[in-house]
Amino acid sequence: MNAMTLIAKRIGIAMLTLLLVSIVVFSITALLPGDAAQAALGQSATPETIAALRAQLGLDQPAHLRYLHWLIGLLSGNPGQSLSNNVPVRELIALRLPKSLLLAGVAAAVSVPIALSIGILSAMYRDSRLDRALNLVTLSMVAVPEFLVATLAVLIFAVKLHWLSALSYAPDNPGMGQFLRAYAMPVMTLCFVIVAQMARMTRAAVIDQVSRSYVEMAILKGASPARIVLAHALPNAVGPIANAVALSLSYLLGGAIIVETIFNYPGIASLMVDAVTNRDMPLLQACAMIFCCAYLALVLLADVVAIASNPRLRSQ
Amino acid sequence: MNDLVRIAGLRVVARADSGDESAIVKEVSFSIPKGEVLALIGESGSGKTTIALALMGYARSGCRIAAGSVHIGDTDVMSLDSRQLSDLRGCRVAYIAQSAAASFNPAKPLMDQVIEGALIHGLMTRAAAEEKAVDIFRSLALPDPEHIGRRYLHQVSGGQLQRLMAAMALITDPVLVILDEPTTALDVTTQIEVLRAFKKVVRERGMTAVYVSHDLAVVAQMADRIVVLNRGEVRETGSTTQILTAPSDPYTKALMAATKPVERLASEVNIERRAAAPPLLAIDGLLAGYGRREEHGLPRRLVLNDIGLTIQRGATLGVIGESGSGKSTLARVIAGLLAPAGGTVLFDGAPLAPRLAQRTREQLRRIQIVFQNADTALNPAHTVVRILGRPLEFYHGLHEVARGKRIAQLLDRVRLPADIAERRCADLSGGQKQRINLARALAAEPDLILCDEVTSALDTVVAAAILDLMAELRRELNLSYLFISHDISTVRAICDEVIVLYAGCKVESASRHALSAVPLHPYTDLLIASVPEMRQGWLEQVGPSASLPPVGANAHGPGLCSFLQRCPVRIDGVCNVTAPSHVVTRSGKEILCHHSDEQLRHLRDPLRVVGHQPAAENAK
Amino acid sequence: MMPPVSSSADQQLDPQGAVQPVGSPRRRLRRWLSGSGLIGLAVVTFWLLIAVLGPLIAPHGVGAIVADDAFAPMSAQFSLGSDYLGRDVLSRILYGARYTVGLALAAALLASTAGTSLGLFAAVSGRWIDEVASRLLDALTCIPSKIFALVMVAAFGSSVPLLLLTAALSYLPGAYRISRSLAVNLNQMEYVQVARARGEGRIHIACIEILPNMIHPMLTDFGLRFVFVVLLLSGLSFLGLGVQPPAADLGSLVRENISGLADGAPAVIMPALAIATLTIGVNLVIDSLPGRTSRIAAGALR
Repeated sequence: MNAMTLIAKRIGIAMLTLLLVSIVVFSITALLPGDAAQAALGQSATPETIAALRAQLGLDQPAHLRYLHWLIGLLSGNPGQSLSNNVPVRELIALRLPKSLLLAGVAAAVSVPIALSIGILSAMYRDSRLDRALNLVTLSMVAVPEFLVATLAVLIFAVKLHWLSALSYAPDNPGMGQFLRAYAMPVMTLCFVIVAQMARMTRAAVIDQVSRSYVEMAILKGASPARIVLAHALPNAVGPIANAVALSLSYLLGGAIIVETIFNYPGIASLMVDAVTNRDMPLLQACAMIFCCAYLALVLLADVVAIASNPRLRSQ
Repeated sequence: MNDLVRIAGLRVVARADSGDESAIVKEVSFSIPKGEVLALIGESGSGKTTIALALMGYARSGCRIAAGSVHIGDTDVMSLDSRQLSDLRGCRVAYIAQSAAASFNPAKPLMDQVIEGALIHGLMTRAAAEEKAVDIFRSLALPDPEHIGRRYLHQVSGGQLQRLMAAMALITDPVLVILDEPTTALDVTTQIEVLRAFKKVVRERGMTAVYVSHDLAVVAQMADRIVVLNRGEVRETGSTTQILTAPSDPYTKALMAATKPVERLASEVNIERRAAAPPLLAIDGLLAGYGRREEHGLPRRLVLNDIGLTIQRGATLGVIGESGSGKSTLARVIAGLLAPAGGTVLFDGAPLAPRLAQRTREQLRRIQIVFQNADTALNPAHTVVRILGRPLEFYHGLHEVARGKRIAQLLDRVRLPADIAERRCADLSGGQKQRINLARALAAEPDLILCDEVTSALDTVVAAAILDLMAELRRELNLSYLFISHDISTVRAICDEVIVLYAGCKVESASRHALSAVPLHPYTDLLIASVPEMRQGWLEQVGPSASLPPVGANAHGPGLCSFLQRCPVRIDGVCNVTAPSHVVTRSGKEILCHHSDEQLRHLRDPLRVVGHQPAAENAK
Repeated sequence: MMPPVSSSADQQLDPQGAVQPVGSPRRRLRRWLSGSGLIGLAVVTFWLLIAVLGPLIAPHGVGAIVADDAFAPMSAQFSLGSDYLGRDVLSRILYGARYTVGLALAAALLASTAGTSLGLFAAVSGRWIDEVASRLLDALTCIPSKIFALVMVAAFGSSVPLLLLTAALSYLPGAYRISRSLAVNLNQMEYVQVARARGEGRIHIACIEILPNMIHPMLTDFGLRFVFVVLLLSGLSFLGLGVQPPAADLGSLVRENISGLADGAPAVIMPALAIATLTIGVNLVIDSLPGRTSRIAAGALR
């Protein structure tokens, strides 16, 4: 089986998984809990109005039909009507998704180079004082809750130093300075955790290669530590590193929730939190599916990179 | 002084998890004159690899060089800093590792790695280095020398990889080459070509070399002088001739003695009585493999093709094969771990169901399997009592007290002290673990024990002891063995009957005596001839294989001879068109070949050349 | 000829985990944990004690309004200041630790045991069961844990049992994946094949042959699950979707006092720091365990 078939297979599995995910999401939100119509109308509604709303929302149909209906709507770009805002879900998402992508993009662009450098450097100078110190630092960074980072950041930069404002607000066409000031703290908070995570996983992936026999052979040929890591270990570690980067970036999807809430950033994640608070199921379902798609896309990308970098899979 | 290498008082210590240090090399001193090949001989734990690495100032993680001096030419290796050591390594001193498959980077083309040494040390331009590499490939008799460098690790065979590693070492014209068990991981039939290539290249360049090995026969071909090591100490040093003919140290003598195969067989009486009774195990037309079933119901990767054998009660059948012959699969099929795709297996007259779940407990009890690597064959989380107690409980329903007694009996039977029962297996030595392995099989009181390379991972001396034990057990308990190995001398020593497997086919079946006598299947001939003998000059006498007779493209058809690609007596138009048949010879052997009994007697493999006596009609 | 046992070819990751050192348990512990590990252990023990004894040593009741000012700074009387209603922050934290630590322990235990059992079961059963189970659990992995938690809370509310279930379900697939991969490796070991050839049933093989050799990595993984759950649940509480008033875990404490952030009140920072010390402590312990166990720690993901 050559690389293309392998990739096609992976895509197929990803599709299947996405389908399964949609079933899970739909089951949890639409099928199991109590009567949504009742909840929407409150205690004092009469049975007739409840029945009417149920018919309107399509709640009186059997489960699999409702699922199919929803799935088709999702695939055709019309995931329904937001219950709390009474506008199509599509519009809300179209408004907020680009913002979330922007935030994620900036965070990724900042964090990936830093993390890879830290990870590779630690692997090169493994067990040195620097490496051990970095290990402890990243270990702690990974364990810290985002709201601590966010609150400390606000405390230090906004309250004490007055460099940045506590709310992240950027007008629609910001200049670079305004952009930086508005995005600095959210990006910093997001990066805090994922840099540490990616650096640790990169270090582990490189060290895993460095402990192999072919590296010993390279040492015995007189290769320097830099050459060993860069020319020998890295090409073999590309797969695991791509995987680490993809998984960490997917963490951004969930981690953004806290950040968007604290800094009042108008993105998809805070939209989703609102949907939860308001029990707005259609919106919630659509947001959840977007996050899952993004996750699968990232993992698929990592798989493709891993396949491409492995001569054994490439050249058959 | 004419010595290129001088080691004095070398001491290397290893650091255990607990922080305790213990010496793995103690006070080793020797020197090597320029142009000589010195061999470091020893079993596992003798420190030979550690010493070889110390020549480059390198110690594996967890070890350090504690004392002593190493001089290469005028350079004092111990005084070099890491930069200077890097300059030394791969440039003036080169290392050829044991496993080429593990020493090459799977992500880079082979040529890049072969010339890397030259580029790191700035000795020549890339183009010049590549040209030189191709020259070296040619002198090492590698196929397709111009293009082999473009391939990746997974596209090249083991023997070729080993030679590529030699090229990698030679590219910088080092003054000293260290060969660390370079042919140990290879099949014996591949080993010969690689040894010849190495020897030629070392002699041509007049290089000084250190050859590390545990195999005296191989060392006898390659080295001028030998240093015998045991547990980190030098036991004896001398010229190869002297060590081989008149060793003075008792350890060296024990080592030499262990390599001579000793016959361990039941008396003749048993054999006759046995022949009359129905066989314990009878296999006919066995087909087995891995992967999905395809057309004809055959698995995608067919490993065993039409295998037939019988084992009489109380007899031992040896199965010889190299890597890829399917011998381990055979054991697994008989044990029930792999369901065959076709053929019949009869145990004591009754058919043996293909799957474990379908067999009776009695059938499972009467066939036991012992694996090669005792490290993975014994559960590290269990104590010996638990390991031996389980089959007793499972098959015989013994309760605790009875179990305890029986375990003591079993330990005694395999010559282990009773107090070993409370220990965990991780603390035991290789030989002890293998005895526990055997004891576990015996606990079930089986009729047939399947031994899958049980001595292959052990030191020669320890292996000899295990073979003695097995012979004794057989006498006492009237056990039958199916003894699988790649080592023909071991098999000849312990087995009554032998079958030879090649690429999944049974190419020959013979009694122990008849095995090395003509007529021989061409593969068996090659196999026997490839086993190094413990005398100098053997390698030169076993002349180069003449080119194989030309043969056209293979016709499409099932069951063509699996040895076709390497056979020196193949016939165009016959061997590549139809499947061979089983020929029964006068001496009672069964050979799978197109040639007849008479033809095979007269055909000689060009491998056995001039001056070398062919195997005697009645081999010892 | 095959090489004698000790000359190694390629060094590969050994699925059997750290070698059992010989010696008394205390010596073993000392050898396993480095300096940072001991600090971590001390911190973890501290928090476990607080979780059990917190309410007994709290100077004030959990709801008692004792200070004159809201958001009072740290002083001799109120060692961590007062919160937005004038309650003692120290006492609130001591009470709140119960929820944080208790819930997280329970959820992590559930996730670990269920994940380990499923992974073991999948590895020793036939291919079909393995495929189906892995596909299903892979699907669960695709939903980021916070997103999944939000979906569950939206559907079922924020009661304590539900939070427990949500947290356990979020991190069960991770435990399953590691357990399965370890078990599949161990399943290939020859001692397992010997057991199979003996006629042993699946349960015996899973529990007696394979499980003891996976315990160490799985214990480490349990530690990791614990950290993840603490972070998830406190994050949820911070969003107002976790533990509901009047009960409060450490995350809720941060949430209710968030208005004091502009003044730099300790009431906001201290609960968050408390969570951080707990999770960092556990991470320190895990990291200082030798061998494969810490490799898993490096590779695991929140």
